Amino acid sequence: MSDQTRATDGVTGSRSRILADLHQVWRMRVFEEKVRDLRLAGDAVGSIHLGIGQEAVAVGTAELIGPDDALFATYRGHSWALACGVPPAALFAEVLGRATGTNGGRGGSAHLSAPAHRFFGENSIVGAGAPIAVGAALAGRFDGSGRVAITVFGDGAMNQGAVHEAMNFAAAMNLPVVFVCENNTWSELTPIDEMVRDPHLHRRAAAYGIPGERIDGNDPAIVRDRLGAAVRRAREGGGPTLVEAMTARLVGHYIGDAEQYRRPGELDEARRLEPTVRLAAQLRAAGAPDAEIERAEHDARAETEQAAAEALAAPLADPATAKDHLYV
Amino acid sequence: MSETTSISETPSATTTPATTTSQLTYGQAVNAALRRCLAELPDTLLYGEDVAKPGGVFGVTRGLRREFGERVFDTPISESAILGSAVGAAMLGRRPIVEIMWVDFSLVAFDQIVNQLANVHYVSRGQLRAPVVIRTQQGSAPGACAQHSQSLEAFFLHVPGLRVCMPWTAQDAYDLLVAAVYSDDPTIVIENRTLYNAAKQDVVLGGPVQQPGGLRVRREGSDATVVTWGAFTARALEAAAALAEQGVSLEVLELPWLNPFPTDEVIERVRRTGRLAVLHEANVTGGFGAEVVARVAGAGVPLRSPALRLGLPDTRVPAAPSLVAELLPGSDRIAASLRQWVLGP
Repeated sequence: MSDQTRATDGVTGSRSRILADLHQVWRMRVFEEKVRDLRLAGDAVGSIHLGIGQEAVAVGTAELIGPDDALFATYRGHSWALACGVPPAALFAEVLGRATGTNGGRGGSAHLSAPAHRFFGENSIVGAGAPIAVGAALAGRFDGSGRVAITVFGDGAMNQGAVHEAMNFAAAMNLPVVFVCENNTWSELTPIDEMVRDPHLHRRAAAYGIPGERIDGNDPAIVRDRLGAAVRRAREGGGPTLVEAMTARLVGHYIGDAEQYRRPGELDEARRLEPTVRLAAQLRAAGAPDAEIERAEHDARAETEQAAAEALAAPLADPATAKDHLYV
Repeated sequence: MSETTSISETPSATTTPATTTSQLTYGQAVNAALRRCLAELPDTLLYGEDVAKPGGVFGVTRGLRREFGERVFDTPISESAILGSAVGAAMLGRRPIVEIMWVDFSLVAFDQIVNQLANVHYVSRGQLRAPVVIRTQQGSAPGACAQHSQSLEAFFLHVPGLRVCMPWTAQDAYDLLVAAVYSDDPTIVIENRTLYNAAKQDVVLGGPVQQPGGLRVRREGSDATVVTWGAFTARALEAAAALAEQGVSLEVLELPWLNPFPTDEVIERVRRTGRLAVLHEANVTGGFGAEVVARVAGAGVPLRSPALRLGLPDTRVPAAPSLVAELLPGSDRIAASLRQWVLGP
């Protein structure tokens, strides 16, 4: 991460702030670990994509999302839903196909939404959420909300035509959209640096005439600072920004991915830099006792276990409703 | 933030509207419908390639930018962005009317129609709506070439969650578009550019907003039922008129709405005549005519002759008019096919 376009030294918060961030990272981490357990146990079925290791991007973004804003995520979106404030029990229930899920089992792990929480949905089509987010920003131009739309996608999506169209459309119309590229360096199972000539994806922003920067995506404070600037600029009429948040996926593309594509030493390095390690070190340096650091994880685990139990106890989606909501 | 913030209210025309009758072309009727919707529904947006300042490549949206300002705007040549932004704007309470200049161009952005637009309401369990209208046009015209002449309604009709209509008369060009914009379901309105500048017709403007659906009995007859839609309705009627002089009595049903489709009414009509022919400009295999035949057959309607499907043969569309004429059946060939089918060789 030596090639960030901006020095990020000094962007750290208070001890309580770091602790709160660590707790949020753990909430996302243990949520997804629990999803993995439920999938492996057969309680959840189908293709499920985890973002373990990437949580700091969502944690750093969470408080930037205003009450009228709209967030659009990808199929690797559990953490983003949590960042928007969607209750974990409703998310578990959705993943488990329960009636109490965010969408009553219509969305599943990869296509869930909770608009009341500003979470306008995951998307299982790589890059497809970007133009939809542009539309949410467009709506804001006419409804007086001052809405900023945030769209999150991976490095692989940067090679999708829809993302290009969305960036140009938003730039040409000066729409308040923040394009967040979570660059975990893997486009599903293929390394991004073999699929592009220039792996500095943020540089494409220049071609659209919009600001673009690469940031360390493993530290919530840095994400909050840099993405905050982009959100502010959008809200003040400055148009879209592309932020490339460098991070690492510590698990496979999907549950069951054998990950034979990994490069030597890659995961060891990634584990050294991942957010829970990073934030715990910051807390230790700030004088936090071990018990305080451990409590962040412990509290998250307790909350998550309870939410999962609640979801497992909920009724399955009712077959009698399978055709409901096709048309208004 | 309540559950309803992202859901626009279903608009309803509560007062009895005052109607006027004007002589309009089909294209002018589309323009009048857009003007009405933009005036009555402040949540509407109208955008697409060249629709605003240029007024559309066929002039159909002329004058609307001047009248409605920035709610009517031009876009980049970016169908994914046009359609995707319509999905997002609709989720957040707008009522976008977007134009895809030629139906062939929808194929570059089919993801946004099928994977995105059609899923919004269902997958969100009704928490989100996508009241998007996609206006487009299709059909064969001389020299249109392979990528500007296809009839692709069957693609959209295969997608649950979408509504699809294909107006033929100027009145329906007006009424169906108004109905589509007022509907909260995503709706594809497939116009036909060969009709835009056809002869003016009386069009009643300002009437009550219609519900999607229904059929038009364009001709009564007793020997067979011909089901058709779009510009080919004219060819069916010409063929039926010619055959009437030869003692063959054809009933012609025009289906302005293909989804929702009035299956029961069509079945009842075919039950009375005992014969069913489907006629469309699209090629035969996988065309929606096959679905109509299947629905009638599936209902167990006894038929005096095997069901007949007429349309473009399963081929690409050439550019030269002489080649197109060989492939696309005109009313003479349609009449000959129907005559032989009813009377035998």
